[in-house]
Amino acid sequence: MRTVAVAGASLAGLRSVEELRKQGFDGRIVVIGEEPHAPYDRPPLSKAFLRGTMPAEELALSDDDFGAEWRLGVRADQIDPSTGSLYLSTGEILRADGVVIATGGRPRTLPGTSDLAGVHTLRTLDDAVALQADLLPGARVVVVGAGWIGAEVASTCRALGHEVTVVEAAPVPMERALGPVLGSLCADLHADHGVDLRLGVGVASFAHNGSRVTGVVLRDGTHLPTDVVVAGIGMEPATGWLAGSGLAVDNGVLCDTGCVTSIASVVAVGDVARYRTAAGSHVRHEHWTNASEQPVVAVRNLLAGATVETFRPSGYVWSDQYGVRLQLAGETGGADEVAVIDGSPDDRRFVAEFRRAGRPVGLLAMNNAKLFGRLRRQLTAPVS
Amino acid sequence: MITACAVADLPIGESVRIDGDPAIAVFNADGEFYAIDDTCSHQDASLSEGWLEGCFVECPLHAASFDLRTGVPTCLPAKRAVRTYPVVVQDGVIYVDTGSREAVA
Repeated sequence: MRTVAVAGASLAGLRSVEELRKQGFDGRIVVIGEEPHAPYDRPPLSKAFLRGTMPAEELALSDDDFGAEWRLGVRADQIDPSTGSLYLSTGEILRADGVVIATGGRPRTLPGTSDLAGVHTLRTLDDAVALQADLLPGARVVVVGAGWIGAEVASTCRALGHEVTVVEAAPVPMERALGPVLGSLCADLHADHGVDLRLGVGVASFAHNGSRVTGVVLRDGTHLPTDVVVAGIGMEPATGWLAGSGLAVDNGVLCDTGCVTSIASVVAVGDVARYRTAAGSHVRHEHWTNASEQPVVAVRNLLAGATVETFRPSGYVWSDQYGVRLQLAGETGGADEVAVIDGSPDDRRFVAEFRRAGRPVGLLAMNNAKLFGRLRRQLTAPVS
Repeated sequence: MITACAVADLPIGESVRIDGDPAIAVFNADGEFYAIDDTCSHQDASLSEGWLEGCFVECPLHAASFDLRTGVPTCLPAKRAVRTYPVVVQDGVIYVDTGSREAVA
């Protein structure tokens, strides 16, 4: 293998490059990154960066270029795996013996808002800069979606002194991941900090003055006047460019248990990779840790030319919101029992264990990093 | 020189955080005591709450690992070293020599 192309220059792409070198690949590496920026850390975009306490320079993920060619501001438009050809937005054709797909995804947008100023999603640095520019003093903010991103944006906007309303279609935030009790705790965090939380009601339409959003109309008829809308309603994997490539795509790039696609010289990592679990189902994770962990296994299998190692997710996720630190590990969704095993949710410091058939399968900690760190290492391998 | 704690209060595998500016984390790694800056050089997290394995502590937030002897990170996402401080044990008490820090500041 002489040339490896890495499509995507965020965390998963960067970690793939790092792993290629660490695992002894000394050939040519070409990284194709659609964004003009060198790899940067996305989690602070909804927190310290948005708040203005962390400058853009500090977001840089690495000072090392690992001897790779970084083609930033260039998009991979098409791939022909049979010849190892990537067709780039510059018109060039890049030939590679191995390909790492790390193209991530795009945030879902609210229907009917594509032409409206003041309506934002948050995934990239440019998204965060645009949102920041709209957060003028006194601006009212409506956040649609009370998931991780929505909660963090709402928290940051409150800290900046904005009036914030969070609209969530489900009756309890984060219920699928955390269950009803701990999901309600997330609702309490919003309320404790003066956020107007509207649960169990969807968005019907948007009011505007011709160019800018001026309000959000809910399905129950409520009209929420606002200056800024932020949608935190999930993402779609960026697989459009793989159409006609012969690679199997279904809500992500389908991979085997070792992140190898239907073609052995092509692997996929990060938000875009939908890999097969030991139990036979396909899953995709949209988390920082996953993007950091998968390349270790994917690169090993790419260099070996076969699946010699299986990926095992840690399921580790964190969120900083309203001054508390939340940490999750393992599988919290689908538990049949949740028990607080240390501290108390009322004190905003606890660890809860998620169990299935009496066996611990997941953890959630709030402001309890030390115990969480110990317990997550004792979690038995998740069965999905 | 600042006082950390009694040797008896810091068993093997444990750590203690000394408040201050900056806060310092003191570890007992298999009987050896080490002191480093408590705040991870990557993002706001307390290394005294991290996972200790041999001479390395893993940040509790993003799993960056630091060598307690040098303060140098062994992997991303941390890029910068944390400062290390000499540790002195006298009459059963652990002290951290912050003199080098003062010289820098």
